[in-house]
Amino acid sequence: MQDLALKDLLYKIADDELILGHRNSEWTGIGPMLEEDIAFSSMAQDKLGHSLAFYTLLHELGEGDPDTVAFMRNADQFHNCQLVELPIGEYDFSLIRHFLFDNAELLRFEALSQSSHEEVAKIAAKLKGEIKYHVLHANTMVKQLGTATQDSISRLQQSLEYALPFALGIFEPSTYEQELIDTGIYIGEAALQAQWQERISAVLAKTSLKQPDWASLQPVYGGRYGQHTQHLQPLLDEMAEVFKIDPTAEW
Amino acid sequence: MLTPDQIRAFLEEVKDPEIPVLSLNDLGVITGVEVAPETGHVTVRMTPTFAGCPAMEYMRAEVEQSLQRHGVEAFTVVMSFDEPWNSNKISEKGRKALKDFGLAPPQPYQGILDLDILEYAECPNCHSKNTTLRTPFGPTLCRAMYFCNDCRQLFEQFKPL
Repeated sequence: MQDLALKDLLYKIADDELILGHRNSEWTGIGPMLEEDIAFSSMAQDKLGHSLAFYTLLHELGEGDPDTVAFMRNADQFHNCQLVELPIGEYDFSLIRHFLFDNAELLRFEALSQSSHEEVAKIAAKLKGEIKYHVLHANTMVKQLGTATQDSISRLQQSLEYALPFALGIFEPSTYEQELIDTGIYIGEAALQAQWQERISAVLAKTSLKQPDWASLQPVYGGRYGQHTQHLQPLLDEMAEVFKIDPTAEW
Repeated sequence: MLTPDQIRAFLEEVKDPEIPVLSLNDLGVITGVEVAPETGHVTVRMTPTFAGCPAMEYMRAEVEQSLQRHGVEAFTVVMSFDEPWNSNKISEKGRKALKDFGLAPPQPYQGILDLDILEYAECPNCHSKNTTLRTPFGPTLCRAMYFCNDCRQLFEQFKPL
């Protein structure tokens, strides 16, 4: 039973990282300025590395090998939250998603670095150092553009309002929530969400962006249980195109 | 029978493919070298700098080839997070090599890596500390880009991690 709980936790993290990594890579070559093109491309590379670390641990726990698991599943077998699968949209949406997701992911890795599961703790301890740079980048850009021009502020505001219900879906509770908490593997999604809201609010307070009425937001759930938007399957088809033609190809 | 020190000396020839002046020993990614007393089997333990670093598999292959070139027949190269890499693992010699190469070495730190350390860099060209972090991402995962306000040049720093 504990094994199922652990795998469920690892799959959702690995799938989030893989899918957002793929989305970030779509900015390569078309970023609004060179630094942002490089930033999203670098974060894509980091995120694929992070997903690989968790898929490798899953493989050691008896799941398929990382490439097969990444490339051969259909959308309804993915445990990522819906936030990460949404198309990149305009830069303001991608920035807001990056800000909302990576602040949560840093807190998640910080919490997991204290996990009672030794292997999970080791990986999280390593990755939290890397993701600090993602958060530094997101917070800097949100603070700058959130206080810049009327256009940048209203664009970010609009994207924030659109993305927030999806962002709350990051914290969709799993079937095994209590078990993970009781065994000290993970602090649980409710605790994480509370920390996250505080961090997000602190950054937004330094901008001209209006805070949402948190209590009235309706989280978009389902992703953790394999329910996805129409955007995920085409992404998976594209990602797996080479692998499906020739599984032994090196590229 | 070979000693771990001899193996370390062989590996001195394996360099970071992106920074050819820096050996894997000085980069700090070789976390252990063991020689089994009975069989002489060599185990080299490695850890990635960044989890997504695309050069790691290349470096592992280079380590294997180096061992083969020196006549080591029985060996295993293990890649793991058991002893995770951080930028404090870069040796003094490595820091100097980075600087000579034109890359600012990461500032050593104690305890927690906070924002002050991430934002700090010394210009490798004019040694000014009057610098600004331009973007935490650069041409490779392990580099960030800074601007020197004195010599007015962009430069790269090996990221503190």
